Amino acid sequence: MGLFILRRLGMMLVTALCLTFIVFWLTNLYPNLEKLAKTQGNFRMSDEAVTSYLGNNGYLDPLPVKFGQWIGVMPGWVVERDGKQRGRCFTAETPVDERPTFCGLLQGDWGYSTVFKKDVSGIVGERLGLTGKLMFFVMLVMVPSALLVGVLAGMREGSKVDRSLSTFSILSTATPEYVSGVIFIALFASSAGLKIFNGSATSAMDDATIANFTLPVLTIALYGMGYIARMTRASMTEVMTAQYIRTARLKGVKFSNIVIKHALRNALIAPFTVIMLQFPWLLNGVVIVETLFNYKGFGWALVQAAGNNDIELLLAISVVSVVVVLLTQLISDIGYVYLNPRIRIS
Amino acid sequence: MESLTWGAILIRIFIQLIPVWITLVVLFAVSISFRRRLGLYGKLFDSTIGMIGFGLVMFWVFVGVYGGPLDMIITHDPLSQVSGMKNKLPGTAMSNPQEGEYAYFLLGGDNLARDVFSRVVKGAWIVVQIAPMATLFAFMVGITLGLPAGYYGGRLDTILSFLANLILAFPVILLFYLLVTPEIVLTGIPNYMALFLFVFPLVFLAILLNSRYHTQPKVRTPLLIAVLGGVGWLYLSLVSTDGALVATPTYSIPGLPKFVDLFDIDPGLLVVFVSVVFVNSPTVFRIVRGLAMDIKTRDYVAAAQTRGEGPWYIMLWEILPNARGPLIVDFCLRIGYTTILLGTLGFFGLGLASESPDWGTTINSGRQLLRAYVHPAVVPAVALLTMVLGLNLLADGLREESLRD
Repeated sequence: MGLFILRRLGMMLVTALCLTFIVFWLTNLYPNLEKLAKTQGNFRMSDEAVTSYLGNNGYLDPLPVKFGQWIGVMPGWVVERDGKQRGRCFTAETPVDERPTFCGLLQGDWGYSTVFKKDVSGIVGERLGLTGKLMFFVMLVMVPSALLVGVLAGMREGSKVDRSLSTFSILSTATPEYVSGVIFIALFASSAGLKIFNGSATSAMDDATIANFTLPVLTIALYGMGYIARMTRASMTEVMTAQYIRTARLKGVKFSNIVIKHALRNALIAPFTVIMLQFPWLLNGVVIVETLFNYKGFGWALVQAAGNNDIELLLAISVVSVVVVLLTQLISDIGYVYLNPRIRIS
Repeated sequence: MESLTWGAILIRIFIQLIPVWITLVVLFAVSISFRRRLGLYGKLFDSTIGMIGFGLVMFWVFVGVYGGPLDMIITHDPLSQVSGMKNKLPGTAMSNPQEGEYAYFLLGGDNLARDVFSRVVKGAWIVVQIAPMATLFAFMVGITLGLPAGYYGGRLDTILSFLANLILAFPVILLFYLLVTPEIVLTGIPNYMALFLFVFPLVFLAILLNSRYHTQPKVRTPLLIAVLGGVGWLYLSLVSTDGALVATPTYSIPGLPKFVDLFDIDPGLLVVFVSVVFVNSPTVFRIVRGLAMDIKTRDYVAAAQTRGEGPWYIMLWEILPNARGPLIVDFCLRIGYTTILLGTLGFFGLGLASESPDWGTTINSGRQLLRAYVHPAVVPAVALLTMVLGLNLLADGLREESLRD
């Protein structure tokens, strides 16, 4: 088991490295750098001004060198202008003997965001905290209701409850966040509909209330719910036809006892992995919902960074999201082994 | 003139859609009466869920076809702005309609005073064109790479699976933001990706026909020349624009000359198409790979191996036909997912032009004023919802019916 986890972690590192290199390459293409220079300077910059801006900020080094600088295995760039030295790792004011040569991920330096004019690590931490709050409530709503819907539908296959709940799950998987969000706002937060909730979640960043947080949470939860519910239903129907359930029924055990004591535990193994694998999908939903409801979390930061070609922030964001994706895959694999005795023994 | 009531609006929309209703009724009547002779398609009409799904999907397909190239259903030009109709509610009458012009905005006007109804109809055509085509290309890529990965296993499988997982680990929206920008179009990367991704149908067809007929060179050679010539021409027309395969400000690679180029694709549309195919193909790859690994242990594969059939014959003519059930179901689901992805692109204002009537872009422009004016965003949202719902129901019906035998 230890070897398995180690191998997976090594794989994770390689994947993250490859992905960040792709992001690095794409954001460092010349037209993108030109756009960056123009948003940082002004939009009517001449070609020479763009080149000199890029040269002064170390953007014109060869790609592997720049990537090495970002990782922290190559010395950071140093530019000399008007007799003053500036570099990736220090400003002109830093005393000469305090200037580090390397500053990258390995040194714990995530770089500087050109959009927010702040250190990337601070931004990512703050935004992740906000998104974490959102995700916590999403999970709180999504997981129990999805499991409930799935178990109720799978309990008696083909019954009326099953049919209506299954239709509901299909409907919810067919509704992407930007559709359900728009419909929710139209119904519950517009002048044409009921004005129960707020259509904007900006105020929820400091102080989440039912009025401003219900719609974003519901929007994300709805899309993921259908899928988990369908998986739960499938696994529940399979368990309900098993021999030991039939034995229990023939012995005359109450139906509610059969469901709760005998079926449920085995039926929840498959949904567990599905719930873990939903995290990457939820990440997508988070970006859409945070944009739609103007909640300034991780997804919102992604949109800002990508829209402005903020290279170092984008890289940090992709590292975080890749780690989230791969970590949840790992947890789901390990959890599956622990939950399923048949695999554990063999 | 007065505004219409909701009943009158519904009746008028119903009248506008009459060609669609007629085609739908004819299609269903013919299909139901001949369903016993139509295989899996016919069996679809035994399940209510499948029929509802099929009906919803075909409704939007016919709306797209009649409204798009045939210009039949729409009441106004989807791009022209009519003064005085800005953000007007559904059923508002035009202040001074000209002779022969439709006098009402059936589903209201958007924030640029364009007719919402006509835009949704035109948007259906964009979705109906792109989503199935992109899914088909993704399937070609996924099948051509997934079959050998599953059949041979080993190092090939390791490398291809690693690449697929790499793409899947990317958050889709980040990938879109990186790939679908005007700056990236300038570098020519989408053209290279198009060159690479669109060649797969060609490769697939070549291997498919060659593995079947290579024992009869007299049939194979003319067949291959004819098919590959035709498809190759389509391929070259698809990837070359204005006589160049890749055209950037600094250099260009010459392609098919203009007079033999069948059609040109707008660079904005091409990059959308390419990125949607790119995002979808790793998932298809994984499905096909799993199916191939499962099916290759069957007896009929062993029989073919004993007969001395080549590996590609076994993959394409023994394994693939037996994997068709799950693949057809996934194809339907994936068209729905592609529709969602296209909407996502539009929602973030990526790729397609901002005045494009496709549903995602319309939702994006409507959400700015959503709290005051609901209809410009809700109408395309409901359209997208019903289309994807239809595809999911159709997939569900197909799954049920294909499991039955």
